[in-house]
Amino acid sequence: MPVVGTRLDPVPRPAAGTALTDAETAEWVGLLAGAGPERDAAVDRLHAMLVRIARAEVARRGPRLRISGPELDDIAHQAAADALLAITGKIGQFRGESRFTTWAYKFVIFEVSAKCGRHFWRRPAVPLDAEDWDRLPGRFGFEPEQEAEWRDLLAALRRAVDTELTPRQRQCFVALVLNDVPLDALVIELSSSRNAIYKMVFDARRKLRAALTAAGHLGHDIPRRS
Amino acid sequence: MNGWTALDRFLRTDPRDVGCAEAMEMLHVYADLVAAGEPAEQRYPGLAAHLRACGPCSEDFDALLAAIHADRD
Repeated sequence: MPVVGTRLDPVPRPAAGTALTDAETAEWVGLLAGAGPERDAAVDRLHAMLVRIARAEVARRGPRLRISGPELDDIAHQAAADALLAITGKIGQFRGESRFTTWAYKFVIFEVSAKCGRHFWRRPAVPLDAEDWDRLPGRFGFEPEQEAEWRDLLAALRRAVDTELTPRQRQCFVALVLNDVPLDALVIELSSSRNAIYKMVFDARRKLRAALTAAGHLGHDIPRRS
Repeated sequence: MNGWTALDRFLRTDPRDVGCAEAMEMLHVYADLVAAGEPAEQRYPGLAAHLRACGPCSEDFDALLAAIHADRD
């Protein structure tokens, strides 16, 4: 069975340099790879752009993460500073596969994600090891008045979580699904990577669906009840 | 969407899904294609499958697209 992230379906890369015909991109790369006052001015301009992108993104995510006030601006400035370091350090690796600014913005957005994940643990809503299975129906939108219809399904799901998953898969499932821990926050807590956690949950989802299908709770192609 | 559909959608996996590492590696290329109105999903079906299933990567993609559009405004 195909497994995510094993390059069974690798992402094809465009030919290097295809976007460098974009004059703005060529100018950015030339300035940042250069030296002197022109480079310094370009770095300052880039930093200002990164702060603007970071501020917008942190503001968008802030309410959900219960971040407000000066903390928002701190995260935005830290993300912009770290992204600037990464971009200037890797400018020689820029392959011209996209516009320069798109490539640069990617760095600052990833920094915002990572910093928001780290920030989550300052005021976690629930401890990592909490297990409140009563949250499961609401998590998927099962209506209380229809409990007679979904009770067996969710009992089977809980059994499958206990019997089919590895301890690490179970830990990730509980954190992400029951405790609503953001994946990037779980990455920090488990000293892991987004890819590793995603792959673990991907495999867990596949196992759980197979177990529920084998037990007749879900159809092979469509949900049993829709 | 009812509970059955939501649960089924959560548990359903796409074997074309490339995972976070490859998606993050190529996200800028994909975002530029989408912003330009190119058929990004046809060119990168594994990345598109990943973005449909991964909340954090999907959120980063949305943010990147918003940044591109903000530049144009």
